[in-house]
Amino acid sequence: MSTPLVPRFDDDAATGRRLAIICSKGNLDMAYPGLVLANAALGEGVETHLFFTFWGFDMITKRRMGDLKFTPVGNTATHMPMGLTPLPGMTALATRQMRRTLAELDIPTVPEFLEQVVAAGGHLWACRLSADMNRLGAEDLHESVEGIISASDFIEMTEGAQLLFI
Amino acid sequence: MPVTTIGGREVHVDAEGFLTDPAEWDEDLATALASAIGLELTERHREVLRFLRADFATQGETATTRRVQAVGGFPTRLQFELFPTKPAKKMAYVAGLPKPRGCV
Repeated sequence: MSTPLVPRFDDDAATGRRLAIICSKGNLDMAYPGLVLANAALGEGVETHLFFTFWGFDMITKRRMGDLKFTPVGNTATHMPMGLTPLPGMTALATRQMRRTLAELDIPTVPEFLEQVVAAGGHLWACRLSADMNRLGAEDLHESVEGIISASDFIEMTEGAQLLFI
Repeated sequence: MPVTTIGGREVHVDAEGFLTDPAEWDEDLATALASAIGLELTERHREVLRFLRADFATQGETATTRRVQAVGGFPTRLQFELFPTKPAKKMAYVAGLPKPRGCV
């Protein structure tokens, strides 16, 4: 009898593949790529670390993470007449629309997405300089953030990992 | 479409080995599919599989880990415990369904 055809999930291969994602943006639309890719990597058994720095710090700051915004200003990919984009209320409108579209696709909000990434085994790290610049401490950050660390710490910790800068 | 023998039964599969005809699946086959990838099914595993089957029947596509959590009520951590390392694909495989195509 021939060997049955069974998918190779490569459990035993212990490939040791690791992914480091640097999240440096605090716009709603720029928060998602890192979260989606982290979630996908974790689902493939890839050890994943996220480092939140500069504007990306908003993604893990408790009083900001649920209120990230999307603006069409200066974003030609929205294909709106650029002169209209700075009109009052435009950012709020665009943000509302994007949130609705994401919710319709059952994409979690940023705080929920962080929960999911952590539940899937992801590691969250906060940038020391960003914490100092914003005068924020661990108590101001999402409770699953494992530490406030320096850029060197993160680089050292993710030695050999593939890296994404967003 | 290749045919392979799992648990003494012939089933239709794709090039990777995922079942292509959900109707060929039953709970006994699930036991054999699980064992083929090194898993032993508990009642908890079976509850997840039943959700996946029922959801596929109404939605026409395989639930992602997010959906298994949000709609099925099985926490992400539990999914990783029951179907280690690659829960989405392993759940789909044992449930006799295609790999989920959703990103989240």
